[in-house]
Amino acid sequence: MKIMVAIKRVIDYAVKIRVKPDKTGVVTQNVKMSMNPFCEIALEEALRIRESGLASEVVAVTMGPSQCLDTLRTGLAMGADRGIHVESTSALHPLHVAKILRNLVENEKPSLIILGKQAIDDDCNQTGQMVAGLLNWPQGTFASKVVLDKEKEEVTVDREVDDGIETVQLNLPAVITTDLRLNQPRYATLPNIMKAKSKPIKKFTPQELNVEIKPDLEIVEVTEPPKRKAGVMVSSVDELIHKLKNEAKVI
Amino acid sequence: MATTRMILGAIKKRSFWHSLSSSRHGSTLVVAEHESGAVKPHSLSAVTAAASLGGGNDKSSVSVLLAGSGPSLHQAASHAASSHPSVSQVLVADSERFKSPLAEPWAKLVHLVQQQGSYIHIIAASNSFGKNIMPRAAALLDVSPITDVTGISDSHTFVRPIYAGNALCTVRYMGSNPCILTIRSTSFAVPQKSNNSKAEASISQVDLSNFDEDLNKSRYISQTSQDDERPDLGNARVVITGGRALKNSENFKLIENLAKKLGGAVGATRAAVDAGFVPNDLQVGQTGKIVAPELYMAFGVSGAIQHLAGMRDSKVIVAVNNDADAPIFQVADYGLVGDLFEVIPELLEKLPEKK
Repeated sequence: MKIMVAIKRVIDYAVKIRVKPDKTGVVTQNVKMSMNPFCEIALEEALRIRESGLASEVVAVTMGPSQCLDTLRTGLAMGADRGIHVESTSALHPLHVAKILRNLVENEKPSLIILGKQAIDDDCNQTGQMVAGLLNWPQGTFASKVVLDKEKEEVTVDREVDDGIETVQLNLPAVITTDLRLNQPRYATLPNIMKAKSKPIKKFTPQELNVEIKPDLEIVEVTEPPKRKAGVMVSSVDELIHKLKNEAKVI
Repeated sequence: MATTRMILGAIKKRSFWHSLSSSRHGSTLVVAEHESGAVKPHSLSAVTAAASLGGGNDKSSVSVLLAGSGPSLHQAASHAASSHPSVSQVLVADSERFKSPLAEPWAKLVHLVQQQGSYIHIIAASNSFGKNIMPRAAALLDVSPITDVTGISDSHTFVRPIYAGNALCTVRYMGSNPCILTIRSTSFAVPQKSNNSKAEASISQVDLSNFDEDLNKSRYISQTSQDDERPDLGNARVVITGGRALKNSENFKLIENLAKKLGGAVGATRAAVDAGFVPNDLQVGQTGKIVAPELYMAFGVSGAIQHLAGMRDSKVIVAVNNDADAPIFQVADYGLVGDLFEVIPELLEKLPEKK
């Protein structure tokens, strides 16, 4: 059984974001980039499934400019068997990513596609659901636990939802998106980083995969959120209660 | 004698008039959730957002879609029909298929209703239900959805947070109908109950005769039950949050007691949930719940970017932490450097009883 994992290169989660003065976006020059944390979790889950003997191959897919190869190599170093880079310099929205993944699936024929629930740059939380819709596969989003039953060809997914944990059972092939608590991703060890250099990476363009990048969204501007008024430090509980009652009037 | 051409012509004309009358009925469809015979509050926020798409005049007409089965569904339909003056129609999809919030049948339902109604906008709240089904529905309709909208600039221009709310992105939708949105309920007020004797909106059944039988690819197994006694974290006026500094789940009782005293809900940081002190539905943050209460009090919370994303729109923020350098103090309106194990008992002692 093959598992396909989509991974995205994003600004590192610890970086303090700065909005560009011309309001066209955020500053990415000389800023640390990393694999999206949710994508790391997705890849880790795929690797664990393979290591448990339920899958034979994990293919990592990334899309974007050539710098994305760094992220792909990290994925291969973590343990993915093969990589696919869909090269594109134009902005890719989730709908495009979903269409590209759908067309890749026609050739690769995985039984499971695992993605991170959201990318920490755009915070969209859409791609996994869209791929599942295009493929008409069932979806298990915001997964906190994944249990595969290879014989029955189904997967049971615990999902983190507003009211707690929801459990669904899906027939394979299926799409899963990962939430934070699904697993703790491994670090790529040095021997694996070296091994990764010889793992194959196949390159495609969206055109080669019959996907036209025709955006239906346009970014008008990117701005800073409204700044909060500066706060004050209080020195005692009495002072706090007094201020909350008389100044803020919330109690 | 009717020829094939005459019949086809008549059918074409009928669908033309049908789509005209549907768009007169509602140019915006709200995909709503219901519980215990009422439309859920965050779905009502979606109705507010839908009503504002018409530019605030009465021209915006909103259709509300409810699905499920049983008497509570029909009660909820009545509630929806009188929930807002802009609601002109309530659509009810009555079927066991929609009893559980599975994405596959729900996305197909939205697709079907769109085909029948040709709406210009489709909106749902951006909660775990909306986030799960709306992008799938958008893919079926071959459009890019715009999710987690916090502001509506005009009928096709929206503001949404990116980078954990550290930037705001204004995005314009240039595609064909429908424009699909999910909205953050904390940004759109639940409509006030008005005493206007406005005629209730019409309630009609969705024609499910063409609804494809799903091959049962997904099954809903179970759901952990939420503690109904606690106020809902998403709507509470007061939220008291604890971080990992609480050390264990026993100590979280301090947070719960303070929440009870102030009539508030309990929140937690990712660290506290990861450590097993509290269940996941209490997590406030970029990937947990987004809250905007009147009063947010954070105890033993360092103030990581990802946590701030979930509470930065609170009216008043109070932070108590032993570490004077904790980033949370940069967003707090009132900060107290101290030991929460001393501060909370003192607060419990000295706070006035909840009115």
